[in-house]
Amino acid sequence: MTASPSLGRIVAVVPAYDEAEVIGKVVDEIRSFDPAIDVVVVDDASTDETASVARSHGAIVLRLPHNVGIGGAVQTGFKFALAEGDDTAVRLDGDGQHAATELGKLLAPLERRDADLVIGSRFVDPSGTYRPPLARRIGIRVFARLVSALTGYRVTDTTSGFLALDRVGIELFAADYPHDYPEVEATLVALKSGLRLAQVQVEMRERETGSSSITFVRSLYYMVKVMLALLVASLRRYPRLETTRR
Amino acid sequence: MTPLRISVVGVVASALLILIVLELIRGRRLKERYALLWLATGVVLLVLSAWRDALNTIASWLGVTGYPPAVLFAVATLFILLVLLHYSTVLSKLTDDNVELAQRIALLEERVSRRSEGEARVDPTEPRTPD
Repeated sequence: MTASPSLGRIVAVVPAYDEAEVIGKVVDEIRSFDPAIDVVVVDDASTDETASVARSHGAIVLRLPHNVGIGGAVQTGFKFALAEGDDTAVRLDGDGQHAATELGKLLAPLERRDADLVIGSRFVDPSGTYRPPLARRIGIRVFARLVSALTGYRVTDTTSGFLALDRVGIELFAADYPHDYPEVEATLVALKSGLRLAQVQVEMRERETGSSSITFVRSLYYMVKVMLALLVASLRRYPRLETTRR
Repeated sequence: MTPLRISVVGVVASALLILIVLELIRGRRLKERYALLWLATGVVLLVLSAWRDALNTIASWLGVTGYPPAVLFAVATLFILLVLLHYSTVLSKLTDDNVELAQRIALLEERVSRRSEGEARVDPTEPRTPD
């Protein structure tokens, strides 16, 4: 399967920290979905062989000199896309939980020029198979409600990092992307900047190795930080971006 | 009334603070930008310690009737909070700048290694072996 040529040059941004065991497979999957996609692995100062494994599988590797956290790592990829003049960017996690086979669904609204930002959501379709633990489900629900209330747009899965962007989205996120636990806030920033959001149902896999970066101890910090960021961001003014198509 | 001994200690302590800050600036160990709040702290404490009538007046305004020097502590605490808050803003900016620098290094390194690929195989992840 390949992506439509109307999407122009596509870059896949894959943030990774100590994912040497799975990063090769992640890169291969994206390349087998569409060999024309440039896979950019952003290595957030891993202590293992993530960078060299990714490179040997044909990825472009951006190696951060010290750990900057997931948001800063992802933003590095968007800055790369901006500088390289890419037209479309997708973002997948380096741990393999986002299946490259789902990229077609993610790119479809961009092909139709219906959206500037497409989020792969696990909850668009209530019959989806994903059942996170209760605490997580509540957290996801709370943020979805909060973002919906603040923007008037019904967001179903604010914690998903599986997304696709057009050029306008790349420009926005290259300039302004939150640094830690970025997904919820980024959605709000995108909506406030006038980006057109689409959500598509995707399946996500269980993590293959390691554990989620959100441990129980951190979840309280996570909740409070994201709440604060959301409330403050909703008070900020964002310039409306021109999203009309050429 | 403010006991005289408290005033003397206050004057000496705040004068010492001002002198230390000035000396740090002179030795270029403290930037003027970060010294201003400390100097303001020192000057305000010095004035309130030396000018006993003012301290008593302010204390009575604030309803501090029993022990006017309490106002000195309150003012000192307020200034320390201001300095700390200022530091937090500085820290936040430094964090942002730092991330930005790390990102630029990553982008530039990739560009350099792509350029030099034809000339020499350089793996930027490998530490350069000392020659």
